[in-house]
Amino acid sequence: MSARDEILARIRTALGPAPAAGPVPRRYSVRGAHEPGDPALLDLLADRLQDYRATVRRCSPSALGATVPAALAAHGARRVVVPAGVDAGWLTFWDGEELRDGPDGTLPVATLDAVDGVVTGCAVAIAETGTLALDGSPACGRRAVTLVPDLHVVVVRADQVVASVPEGLARLDPQRPITLVSGPSATSDIELDRVEGVHGPRRLEVVLVAAGPAAG
Amino acid sequence: MSATFPGTPGVPPRATERGTLRGARPFPAAAAASLHDGQLRRNLGHATATIRAKRAAVVAELPDWQHLRDAGAAIKADVMARLPQLLAELERNVTARGGVVHWARDADEANRIVVDLVQDVGRRTGTPVDQVVKVKSMATQEIGLNEALADAGIQAVETDLAELIVQLGNDTPSHILVPAIHRNRAEIREIFLREMPDVDPGLTDEPRVLAMAARAHLRRTFLAARVAISGANVGVAATGTLGVVESEGNGRMCLTLPDTLITVMGIEKVVPTWRDLEVFLQLLPRSATGERMNPYTTFWTGVTPGDGPQDVHLVLLDNGRTAALADEVGRAALHCIRCSACLNVCPVYERAGGHAYGSVYPGPIGAVLTPQLAGMRGHKDPVDSLPFASSLCGACYDACPVKIDIPSLLVHLRARHVEQERARRRTPTPEAAAMAAAAWVMGSGPRFAAAERGLAVGRLLARDGRISTPLPFPLSRWTAARDLPAPPPETFRAWWRRTRGGDR
Repeated sequence: MSARDEILARIRTALGPAPAAGPVPRRYSVRGAHEPGDPALLDLLADRLQDYRATVRRCSPSALGATVPAALAAHGARRVVVPAGVDAGWLTFWDGEELRDGPDGTLPVATLDAVDGVVTGCAVAIAETGTLALDGSPACGRRAVTLVPDLHVVVVRADQVVASVPEGLARLDPQRPITLVSGPSATSDIELDRVEGVHGPRRLEVVLVAAGPAAG
Repeated sequence: MSATFPGTPGVPPRATERGTLRGARPFPAAAAASLHDGQLRRNLGHATATIRAKRAAVVAELPDWQHLRDAGAAIKADVMARLPQLLAELERNVTARGGVVHWARDADEANRIVVDLVQDVGRRTGTPVDQVVKVKSMATQEIGLNEALADAGIQAVETDLAELIVQLGNDTPSHILVPAIHRNRAEIREIFLREMPDVDPGLTDEPRVLAMAARAHLRRTFLAARVAISGANVGVAATGTLGVVESEGNGRMCLTLPDTLITVMGIEKVVPTWRDLEVFLQLLPRSATGERMNPYTTFWTGVTPGDGPQDVHLVLLDNGRTAALADEVGRAALHCIRCSACLNVCPVYERAGGHAYGSVYPGPIGAVLTPQLAGMRGHKDPVDSLPFASSLCGACYDACPVKIDIPSLLVHLRARHVEQERARRRTPTPEAAAMAAAAWVMGSGPRFAAAERGLAVGRLLARDGRISTPLPFPLSRWTAARDLPAPPPETFRAWWRRTRGGDR
């Protein structure tokens, strides 16, 4: 008997005839208190991210082309990687070097290791947990691009910000490679005390883009 | 196939001996050593107190925490009931996306599969692979994979900071989540100075500085790695998606950069749907590191062209899990999501430390999982001592994010141990004899009254209401480790007769 068939047979024997479990009670909250993009959610997301020692900048869509370069300059970045799908307008006022990754050619790991940072969008952001989801779409780039460089600048649009983990996961397609990022890389391995900055990007800059406050 | 447990026909075989489930000494003997290690107790006390406070704070943030626990428990019960079809579904979907699924009955078979896969990469590319990078994984610890790889001339580099500390210190893990919890910063600094060839000799013991040293030490290894080996926190049957939850980014490095990725996952880690993760991604980080969310979680589904490993394998591991499943009560231990919350709240773990359990799975969950995976052989088997390594205070049950009733499982396994001993021995154990005598005494009113009168003698031995003097054998077996309360001056029956009892 193959290992597969034997293990499956063992399980059936172990369970006995007609094993059944009741339905899964889902009484937990699936939707948060606020609709996606609500200003209260943007505040919550910013608070959670800062708690993880990420830096948060907020700007209007028209100021993005200056805010992203400012985030890069704050860390002295000169050479950055940008996935092919990133809007060129994000880097309007960037005077450093910009390396595009994809769609036709990808940068070798050594190049990713030598650049100062990377600028990407995200697929969805979860306010309650301060989580940014990357899904390999053109604006997020492939996984290595957001992993090897030491500085990651993520642009988050207001309409991408949801309240809860269930809302966030519902927006993601598990057939894509997904990375959930909640702050810069960190460890709690020494005396269960959290310190930021190990193997992943040690600095996380989040640019939150929302139209100016509504009149009234 | 290894032999089934004697006397239990139809029960699937337990885990093979290769691996790290069975300790060398029974728990009381192993714990006695660690209890005398003041440094260890300070390290553990500090670390578990820190994490308990953090966990309590982030759990209190979620008003629906109990509902999440209910859902988590129900999903796991449903998974166990439908395990064959869910595993077949997972296999189908991983395969459809270009992954290769392997099945391993036990540790030896899993190790053989992984070693073959690594060597196969060498054959295919013409350059042998002599080093692989690893993401922290309980399953590969359990099967002793690193040792099997070493036997084949392949070095396994642990990349998780705590695993690295354990590996460099030539040590064994003592905690599910933080294997080096027994080490403090000064000890870690010593290990790094001794074992990292290119480390800065001016290294301080500041955690940030130590983390930077680990980053520098592993950076080139990551960028050059050809094969990575991981565990998985979860596998989604409906989509074929595997997930790893981590903090440092070492997991992302392993899961992203090498061309070959081999994942070893226990068969109980499957969940039905992607939606189920909305429960576990809330329960796990808050229970484990006391964070709202862990820094990084990676999900991958087979092969994604142009992004990440292009040669992707999944090894589904039994190694005693089906034997645990055969026990209708005990199978709940398979619901465990390896968060370690039960270790951090356990008064026994906090004092004895993880090494005392002798298993890769220590603490309360280890005390119920290890005997079921490895089997209890009776009498002096160290595994038989594990269900007794508890005060049954119940803190573990309260902390468990999937509501595993660990105290009840402990009692269940204690009973099984007693029954197996009774079946195995011709003469009763001293404990069984004592219990039989107690049953005889308590079974009759006059006999019990006579015994109560005899207790008054015990008062002669008491000081300040306690009996601390060792009693003669066989009572010494009890008093060697415990004080006894002094018998009261008057028995309940005497009191009853003297007061209201006589009026009725």
